[in-house]
Amino acid sequence: MTDNRPEAKRDQSEARHHWINEDLVIIPMQANSAEEAIAQLGARLEAAGRVKATWAQAAIEREKTFATGLPTPEVGVAIPHTDVDHVLQEAIAVGVLQEPVAFGEMGNPDNTVPVKIVCALAVAQSELLVTLLQQLVEMFQNPGVLTAIANAQTPSEIVELFEHHIQI
Amino acid sequence: MAGLEKRVLVACGTAIATATVVAQKVKDIAKEAGVPVQVVQCKAAEVRGRISTFNPDFIVATTPLPKDLGIPVFNGVAFLSGIGMDDLKAKIIAQLKGEE
Repeated sequence: MTDNRPEAKRDQSEARHHWINEDLVIIPMQANSAEEAIAQLGARLEAAGRVKATWAQAAIEREKTFATGLPTPEVGVAIPHTDVDHVLQEAIAVGVLQEPVAFGEMGNPDNTVPVKIVCALAVAQSELLVTLLQQLVEMFQNPGVLTAIANAQTPSEIVELFEHHIQI
Repeated sequence: MAGLEKRVLVACGTAIATATVVAQKVKDIAKEAGVPVQVVQCKAAEVRGRISTFNPDFIVATTPLPKDLGIPVFNGVAFLSGIGMDDLKAKIIAQLKGEE
């Protein structure tokens, strides 16, 4: 019961940033390509005032050079993002594709990954992107989480899963 | 050459994000293996320059790099995806311990 426990206190803090809400979740998402998927999530982020209108095209362009598809033991994931200049307020938009689309594999562009879950990351500070990425990677490696996201029936289930795992 | 510090370069695309995640994993592995390590991060475009200034023993990258760098390059994406992580960890431990 000491006061010097900022980590523990922060979990209860009202100031905690909400990265995601139901308006930022698309299930099921229908897209024929990675570009279409990114554009749809970008439109949601823009409508929510989280990114500028330039975000989607910038993320699509970045994806061509630095692919973000991650093969995981459960369900393929992609984490498209782009420069902080295009971001207004931190957010994650999530789409669960009805049929997987091919994303380039991160670090291995000759390969593609069939991606079912697309997490568009809008981050306005690069240090924050590091923390977010660490927490996302742990979340994705947590057995059952990606399957739970892929099988979610409502946006609120997905919001709850992210709110539980992303504690920034 | 026990006790000699190993130098590891971690490279990613544009931001510092994936390199930071991977660099932390490499530090954790080195600590577990009891090998002192110095880890430096850079962008893919800076790799050649960093090889000459930092003189790393090997590279872990989350982005494609040229094949002619002259030192071992490992794909660090396994630390992000979880696929092949044990295999990559074993390879890095072997490099850290210098398996000649």
